[in-house]
Amino acid sequence: MDSVLDLARWQFGITTVYHFFFVPLTIGLSLLVAIMETIWLRTRKQEWLRLTKFFGKLFLINIAMGVVTGIVQEFQFGMNWSDYSRFVGDIFGAPLAVEALLAFFLESTFLGLWIFGWDKLPRSLHAGCMWIVHIGTLASSWFILAANSWMQHPVGYHFDKATGRAELDDFWAVMFNKVQLGTFPHVILAAYMTGAAFILGISAVLYVKKAEADRSMYRGGMRFAAWVMVVAGIGVGISGDVQGKIMTDVQPMKMAAAEALWDTSDTCAPFSILTIGTRDGKHKKWALEVPCVLSFLATGHTDQRVQGIYNLQKEYRERYGADTSSTTFSSGDYTPIIPITYWSFRWMMGLGVVGALVGLGLLWLTRKNKAPTARWFAVVAIASPVMVLLGNSVGWIFTEMGRQPWVVFGLLTTSQGVSPGVSAAEVWISLVGFTLVYLVLAVVEVGLLVRFVKKGADPFVEPPTPKWRESDEDRDKPLTFAY
Amino acid sequence: MELTTVWFCLIAILWMGYFVLEGFDFGVGMLLPILARDERERRVMINTIGPVWDGNEVWVLTAGGATFAAFPEWYATLFSGFYLPLFLILIALIVRGVSFEYRHQRPGATWAGWWDRAVIVGSFVPALLWGVAFANIVYGVPIDGDKEFTGNLLTLLHPFGLLGGLVTLGLFLTHGAMFVALKTDGDIRHRARALAVRVGVVAAVLAVVFLVWTQVHTGDLATAIIFAVAAVALVAGLGAALKAREGWAFLGTFFAIALAVAGLFVALFPDVMPSTTSPDFSLTTESASATGYTLTVMTIIAAIFTPCVLAYQAWTYWVFRKRIAVHHIPTEELEEEGHKDHTGIDPDPGGVVA
Repeated sequence: MDSVLDLARWQFGITTVYHFFFVPLTIGLSLLVAIMETIWLRTRKQEWLRLTKFFGKLFLINIAMGVVTGIVQEFQFGMNWSDYSRFVGDIFGAPLAVEALLAFFLESTFLGLWIFGWDKLPRSLHAGCMWIVHIGTLASSWFILAANSWMQHPVGYHFDKATGRAELDDFWAVMFNKVQLGTFPHVILAAYMTGAAFILGISAVLYVKKAEADRSMYRGGMRFAAWVMVVAGIGVGISGDVQGKIMTDVQPMKMAAAEALWDTSDTCAPFSILTIGTRDGKHKKWALEVPCVLSFLATGHTDQRVQGIYNLQKEYRERYGADTSSTTFSSGDYTPIIPITYWSFRWMMGLGVVGALVGLGLLWLTRKNKAPTARWFAVVAIASPVMVLLGNSVGWIFTEMGRQPWVVFGLLTTSQGVSPGVSAAEVWISLVGFTLVYLVLAVVEVGLLVRFVKKGADPFVEPPTPKWRESDEDRDKPLTFAY
Repeated sequence: MELTTVWFCLIAILWMGYFVLEGFDFGVGMLLPILARDERERRVMINTIGPVWDGNEVWVLTAGGATFAAFPEWYATLFSGFYLPLFLILIALIVRGVSFEYRHQRPGATWAGWWDRAVIVGSFVPALLWGVAFANIVYGVPIDGDKEFTGNLLTLLHPFGLLGGLVTLGLFLTHGAMFVALKTDGDIRHRARALAVRVGVVAAVLAVVFLVWTQVHTGDLATAIIFAVAAVALVAGLGAALKAREGWAFLGTFFAIALAVAGLFVALFPDVMPSTTSPDFSLTTESASATGYTLTVMTIIAAIFTPCVLAYQAWTYWVFRKRIAVHHIPTEELEEEGHKDHTGIDPDPGGVVA
């Protein structure tokens, strides 16, 4: 194994998984905070402004991390994956550039206006800023997911032999790739679940801990979040199902790897909830199986054939070659690491389902003015954002590991994409450097979150009415918000 | 004009925008321990850039993305070749970025002090290294026939490269001081203006040496004119600062930086990364570019959305146009906890109890 390749993959994995804790959380929170502020504007109920400011502050602590860890992503393709960048740049670069131009400017500028604009912008415009930030996060997701979907299922391109790279033929085909159409709703709805779980967990803890006076506020917060979680959860399930069928169509190996289905099953393929087998995943000793479910997940029919790994491996060898010295394709093994795909697929679905059930359970427990104040209730509630966050991570680990050995499916293997001129020592330095800085920041960020959750929402303060013309007295007033 | 030339110009404009905008917020960050005399003044300085620094930083992300899309070979060679400097810049931008948001989240001088250090170092490192990187791009680096950079970190640290770093460092310090003078009121405003002139003279000398060296190395008539106008803008800016005309002074450093960057790109053209190994291996706007179709799509998108971005970014500067003085900094948070002790000594420096 080439160690620069392994190190670069570990670095990409660590920095990307870490970045993607903050991404879904802030996509979800930006929407929910925008809704809360809008509810306050409509109803003028003080508690909604208090919740807006409280969760707005927690949102800012998280988006700061999302922004800075995102810069690494933009640079890393060129730094560690220069041959990948040369190969895909004509196609992959455009969504990245457009993402920065359309989304990052929008998010950063209007976030600044939201943070500092309480005394400077009319109230509806202030709430509008958070809505625009949310639209920015959606635009950003659209472009980066379109870029990723192209890696899963290249469309709208041709391979140019003279330049040795993939070249764009149809920008719209890339933007509306069918993989993208399944992935975007799945990822965004999962992000809404994540933001909602965060609000649900923290509101429930404060509901149990805080004095009677604030209970109705936190109860409102957690019920609002629970509804979002359930509705988004159902949407995640439906979109995931659609995605599974598209995946079976364009990357049958990934579906086979998700189930560790070695032999093709001609009809009624079972789905295993648990398997105990050998460490390489090739032989199962015992499995808890549900008949025909895999056929349904993969094709929409319980009696359809699902292709197995052995078959696909043979087929891919014929199509892409088995010669390890081949200049076009360096590897003859087209099977991903099965235990990783098998378990990440299950954990993704399991954590998602449990998350949605927590939301449903909370709605039931808090019906008709009821609400439990027992400690277990808070513990289960606060575990839900952690579960949903991990569900997001294993979902992406499944998607990306399930595509291996390809970086661009059918066109370029991961080993062909790595930077040839970067040394192992250099990647060691950056891998260790990023990991250490990220660890320190994780401790700081969790510490801050715990601190603010313990404090709870600040008391209500009527925000100042912004004036277009300031008097001398106004001019000397302290800022409503300052760093 | 060829689309490759259009995109070369657009990328130049993105870097110009990045340096004139984030240039001043790097400057403000580095001047934190020099200009501010106490916590209130440090907060005044940080709040001058608070609402805008993140938007400024997006210019470099867009420049990176645009280079990837329009000149994939340039992006690949540059980013993998300048691996360690870029790694250091990224680490600096990470700790600096969170510092602005996290600094005020806990009371206590120790907490704020650590984030101040992060802001200072996180501003200093990119201010220096972007200059080193750009000087190297213009000067040329060893690139082989496979478009791969064949040097190492030390290859980049030659006198011309280091001088380039000192020039951006000096210019950003001056530009930052000008910005503080423009955006604050009270004592700090006057100190910032005086400092801008003093630092500005040193920066001007360094910049002139660097630009003349560049002119001798790769310049032509166009670069000579642009560099001359940049120098005039800088001197005019310093003169305006002496006369306490802060707006004009800031415009002076603004245009000096923008024009200096523009001149470097003109000196570079039509290469994007000259090779010192052999001129045949140099990456040019033609040999490094994406296809005509990709460039066309990108041109349409840029033509529609760039004016919108410029409009709302300009609007945000207008919203936050007010000067900030120490009496504008809210104090409740400080008095509420952590600073209960009126002797000024923090009873809980680590913020452990609070």
